[in-house]
Amino acid sequence: MSAIVTGSERIAEAFESARANGRRAALMPYLMAGYPDLERSRAIARAYVDGGADLIELGIPFSDPLADGPVIHAADVAALATGVRLDAALGIAREVAGEVPVVVMCYVNVILARGLERFADLLASVGASGLIVPDLPFEEAPAALEALDRRGLALVPLVAPTTPEERLAQIGERARGFLYTVSVTGTTGERGANAGLPEIVARARAHTDVPVAVGFGIGTPQQASAAAAAGADGVIVGTRLVRAAGDAADPATELRALVRAFAQALG
Amino acid sequence: MSTGVQHRFGPYGGQYVPETLMPALTELEAAWVEAWADPGFRARLADLLHSYVGRPSPLYLAERISAEVGHPVYLKREDLNHTGAHKINNALGQTLLAQRMGKRRIIAETGAGQHGVATATACALLDLECVVYMGTEDIRRQLPNVQRMELLGARVEPVQAGARTLKEAVSAAIRDWVTNVGDTHYILGTAAGPAPYPAIVRDLQRIIGDEARAQILERTGRLPERVIACVGGGSNAIGIFTPFVEDAGVRLIGIEPAGEGIETGRHGAPLTVGGPGGVLHGSYSAIMQDEDGQILEAHSISAGLDYPGSGPEHAWLRDQGRATYRAITDREALDAFARVARLEGIIPALESAHALAWTMANRDSELDLVCLSGRGDKDLAEALDKLGHRSEHAG
Repeated sequence: MSAIVTGSERIAEAFESARANGRRAALMPYLMAGYPDLERSRAIARAYVDGGADLIELGIPFSDPLADGPVIHAADVAALATGVRLDAALGIAREVAGEVPVVVMCYVNVILARGLERFADLLASVGASGLIVPDLPFEEAPAALEALDRRGLALVPLVAPTTPEERLAQIGERARGFLYTVSVTGTTGERGANAGLPEIVARARAHTDVPVAVGFGIGTPQQASAAAAAGADGVIVGTRLVRAAGDAADPATELRALVRAFAQALG
Repeated sequence: MSTGVQHRFGPYGGQYVPETLMPALTELEAAWVEAWADPGFRARLADLLHSYVGRPSPLYLAERISAEVGHPVYLKREDLNHTGAHKINNALGQTLLAQRMGKRRIIAETGAGQHGVATATACALLDLECVVYMGTEDIRRQLPNVQRMELLGARVEPVQAGARTLKEAVSAAIRDWVTNVGDTHYILGTAAGPAPYPAIVRDLQRIIGDEARAQILERTGRLPERVIACVGGGSNAIGIFTPFVEDAGVRLIGIEPAGEGIETGRHGAPLTVGGPGGVLHGSYSAIMQDEDGQILEAHSISAGLDYPGSGPEHAWLRDQGRATYRAITDREALDAFARVARLEGIIPALESAHALAWTMANRDSELDLVCLSGRGDKDLAEALDKLGHRSEHAG
């Protein structure tokens, strides 16, 4: 390892080494910080690493998560009810960032409340590699992009099935880390098989140089495998895991096994 | 932006939404600009506003209120519109726009139910499918409007999240739109949300102020000293304020709900309280939030004002010193509700009662124009219960 590696470089390496290790796509499980409570969510992050995650997406709880379906929305509310806020949530990144790159998912108002520069400093200080802001389209993102670039952190943009070609190109050329490719028109949540995946991945790939990771609606190892077969460089699994975190008596054990099953499906 | 509408009002406004919706907002903006420039569209809307809604709404000199406060107080009677509030101005315009865009399914949020009723009405008129999201607490306290919406053929979707009021209804409507954006138009009921909504809603509601300005000039030969309107998201206020913004001598005063009192934290008055701006429901504006950026629950007896956000143009009018925002408590609004009924034979909506309460309590003016944004029939059960009133004929 070189002495100074930026967050963007770490993300790129994670995708490359997943491939080098024979995995068809990198596995990026999502974790709601503070759900079901702070201690157990820390254990879940550890379980993700042990289960074979290549990267971790760490969700910061927010009161009004407009891009999320009912399962993650409820987890946001429950995490906030336990008193977990930004600093405690990011503490989880600090614990696992030495082993896998952590990409933080945070709604824009939490970032603005802290102040963009202070927020970016905080991300850097906990060792996070990148940031996903689901309610910050590229038109509103220049200041955040600049603040993260200056610190070597990746501002990961999202594209959706509704995003037209010319807009895909504009987003793709500004992408850092990877392109978060939303695979369904809708909010986060588990769904049936998605026959449109190959076209969705191909459309995204045509407009960017960074890896293409597919999320929203990937809830089974079979769907993860299908995303890899569709050409995705990475697979993001969210709602299925958050649901298990809420249901299981021992979430860490349950989630280690679940992540392992997803990892095995990706070869 | 030469080809579109205003996205920013000073630092406020913008489009903070999931990527899935961005193309829909772009499409909506283009369709709106085209429609608004089309004399045929404008004529159709104007005809319906006249023959269906009943516009122009009257300007009424409230003589007994005037006698009490010591100067003339004119009420802009939006309560006399078809469906009983100003909401129909926006709902009808946006429904015509949706029809023009080929969207067959309409969704809306509602707090007091007035926007939901207006949207359900316009959808019945134009034969469009209509789904209205409404918090279950608001369903409880505005039941007559739920019944009206259902009679009009709309489906009312109860929203259980959070405080089960307007904020969650907006969130639920946005999530529906994210999922069904292809065939669905979201009719946002207030001058908030992501661009182009604040500009569209303002342009559709400014007819209130355009009419009122001409009416009061004709009646009194002068402009009012104060223009007063209640503010939740702020659509009736921006509608009546806009034509007066260039009239430097006219004071524009928006009245927010102080709920149980600003000092209790249980209110809905982000413009009055101040503090750092934030993003709620797609735009940057004055909002109620904690120091970590979590959105706080609003509180107001008035379901239509029970909202922790505000329209971005209001935040900018405030910062420029062009408009002033004050707050009225639940109790003060209830007293005005009852008082105006006895003084004028008009039962105002609890929302509008906030504007009336402030007007009657702050008398330093020579001539007032107050937006009576809606009628209070929907509030009878809630208001009478809170006022401790018992009918002599009740069982």
